[in-house]
Amino acid sequence: MSQSESTPRKTQIATGDRAILPEGARTIPIFIMGKQYEVPETLTIMKAMEFAGFQFLRGAGCRGGICGACPTVYRMPNDYKIHFGLACQTVVEPNMYLAQIPFYPANRAVYKLEDLEARPDVINALYPELFRCVACNNCTKACPMNVDVLGYISALKQGDIERAAEISFDCIQCGMCASRCMGEIPQYHIAQLARRLYGKYIMPKAEHLQKRVDDINAGKYDEILTKLQKMPHEELEKLYKEREREPDLAPNGTWTPQDTQYL
Amino acid sequence: MGYTPELKELIKRVEQTRPKRLEMARKGENFPALSLEERAVVLEKFHPDYQKEGRRPVKTGPDKGLVLPEEVAMLLESRSMLRPEHVKLDKVDVDTDVLVIGAGGAGNSAALLAADAGCSVVMVTKLRHGDANTMMAEGGIQAAVHECDSPFYHYMDTIGGGHFTNQPDLVATLSHDAPLSINWLEGLGMMFNKHPDGRLVSRHFGGSSRKRMNSAGDMTGAEIMRVLRDEARSRSDQITTIEFTPAVELLIDEEGKCGGAILYNMETREFFICRAKATIIATGGNGRLHIKGFACTNHYGATMDGVVLCYRAGVGTTCMWSTQYHPTGVSYPEQNVGLLITEKVRGLGAHVLNVEGEQFCFPLEPRDVESAEIIKEALEVGKAVLTPTGRYGVWLDSPMIDMLHGEGTVRRELPAKFIQFERHGIDISKEPMLVYPTLHYQNGGIAIDGDCRTVIPGLYSAGECTGGVHGENRLMGNSLQDVITFGRRAGIVAAEYVKGGVEVKKLTMDHVVKYEKELADAGIESPVVAPILLPDYSTDEVANRRLLEVQGMLEAE
Repeated sequence: MSQSESTPRKTQIATGDRAILPEGARTIPIFIMGKQYEVPETLTIMKAMEFAGFQFLRGAGCRGGICGACPTVYRMPNDYKIHFGLACQTVVEPNMYLAQIPFYPANRAVYKLEDLEARPDVINALYPELFRCVACNNCTKACPMNVDVLGYISALKQGDIERAAEISFDCIQCGMCASRCMGEIPQYHIAQLARRLYGKYIMPKAEHLQKRVDDINAGKYDEILTKLQKMPHEELEKLYKEREREPDLAPNGTWTPQDTQYL
Repeated sequence: MGYTPELKELIKRVEQTRPKRLEMARKGENFPALSLEERAVVLEKFHPDYQKEGRRPVKTGPDKGLVLPEEVAMLLESRSMLRPEHVKLDKVDVDTDVLVIGAGGAGNSAALLAADAGCSVVMVTKLRHGDANTMMAEGGIQAAVHECDSPFYHYMDTIGGGHFTNQPDLVATLSHDAPLSINWLEGLGMMFNKHPDGRLVSRHFGGSSRKRMNSAGDMTGAEIMRVLRDEARSRSDQITTIEFTPAVELLIDEEGKCGGAILYNMETREFFICRAKATIIATGGNGRLHIKGFACTNHYGATMDGVVLCYRAGVGTTCMWSTQYHPTGVSYPEQNVGLLITEKVRGLGAHVLNVEGEQFCFPLEPRDVESAEIIKEALEVGKAVLTPTGRYGVWLDSPMIDMLHGEGTVRRELPAKFIQFERHGIDISKEPMLVYPTLHYQNGGIAIDGDCRTVIPGLYSAGECTGGVHGENRLMGNSLQDVITFGRRAGIVAAEYVKGGVEVKKLTMDHVVKYEKELADAGIESPVVAPILLPDYSTDEVANRRLLEVQGMLEAE
């Protein structure tokens, strides 16, 4: 860090997505599927592989840690442990041995959500392998999102759909849990079912939304929306400027504006 | 890792001004917002869209003469990867009622609604099922669901935020259908943030008059995408999804109707002829073109493919000159550069601050205005922070959120963002973030009407690849609503068209031949081959060593 004051001397405000190397960046050796490449330190595995010349077809997606396309396994020298990370989020380290696992096969049940009920036995019937879990915790260790996978599998074994839904919420469905499972369980598919059952049948319904939907379907807003489309610019702008702003700290559903003619 | 000692010193200035700013926030006082006139001034001077440099008139096609960013114009003036004279169109490999190109939020919504209406659907995508910008949308989805709000205010906020440049019928469709979309997603089992009585938790956002931002944690788009994908997978009897297989050319029948597309298996490099009675383009945005060299928040596949295919077939664009720069992309640490910091952070009360720790703008201006104000603070006022890799940044004071709403709010409301920074040693509930505008959204795109129709019969489009819904500036939460509302509409309308009785006549690529002649007549000698499908981030050194390989791969023998 040479300068952090307000007046810029050398400025780079536009760079695209190619790796921008800090001045004097060192390179380090990494081993991509066993083959050595020299890459600049501080890059993510994804950007380092691109620097080395790889162009991804599989193994790259959102590049922001949320889509599950780039799970990567790696080991460090003199360390028995196997590590897991997302290539787009994990910074390279010297001598890491890595391989991407862009896809891992896992059984997924087919169901019609509207024909199901939010009961534990419904999940058990679709995924009987749930009870093959031996609680080894390899799934949790493999999760690049730090989801407590064993925690939600245990919750489901105990019949607690709500808890499983909440615990599994950060899941990006990369499949690393399933790849490490002794019981050969497709954890992330089961979690998806649990969340959808929870969202549809256990969470309370938004009653105010249903009322709004009924009003819309009855044509309540058709006239005003037609009028707005033809409204002259000046009139529209005037109405725009006159809008009242809902107070920041007003709890949802409590505030009533002065002008209620368009509600 | 975390912040360097120098940056930590600067954070002290933020902490010094914080108590007074918190006091203001608690009283509901804000840094004053700009008037419409002041907005115009700052946009004109500092927003990248308003600068002349890097733009030129496009030389061919339905929008000939329209001034567009160089990166966009170049792709519109492109040629096909196929040589029409060598393509045999009489042998059909895939036959379906509805072909959906793109498998993100809009594509899946369209596929599901078309299937609901009894159509057979083939959905193709160049990456995995669900790989799309939808997955990455964090903050939420707009819909006027509360009593103090209505489609009227959704319409007003949207068209005012778009500086009244939006296409009115599209805004009307958006605000009308938005609550229906939320209701549909709720029925599919999406986990919205709700109050204990089931009322949706909704928040303010830049340019809102009412709290209309509904969410699922800070991964609203990911939750939508997971649910839609799961539903589509359960409907495999009607919906066939083909991954790693983009459409690379539309097929037009001899009556001028769209009759499907040519598909390309990127793994085996095989081409397939897909005949469809209706075709829906839902290919997403163009962030990966890196207009003006800006970093971007987009998915790896955001390369404007659908616009290119449609343009060549004679479908023009709406608002294509306009690109959204999100005001708060990450500018530190380097590993996360360009990634989005959801507007929700500001919706929850975090201030935007300069190097002195002072506020210089209302934190919830429409996005283009907010971006322009931040660029101004860096370029004109000279009070931005400079990061160790020479990037500009301004502070986003996230620790205020826990102080305003209670300990644990950041962790609960922004879980994905929290993890993303924690990985690099920064606890955003205790330390502020460094941000700068980043390329975020393709505002313009394929011209459609309120029912997703293009000018070609049988060809529909929905989602980010279309233009006009947002005008020249999109409000937060309208993109997720756009993909669901228009995706659903496209599915419904395409199915109605199919059910009305469609006979696809002899398929042709005449439009490609004609367009390439127009390119030659305009003196464009070596047009790029497009759609480009994926960006290439190799270094020049690597790229130069494999130029022949690249050319060989793109040419169809």
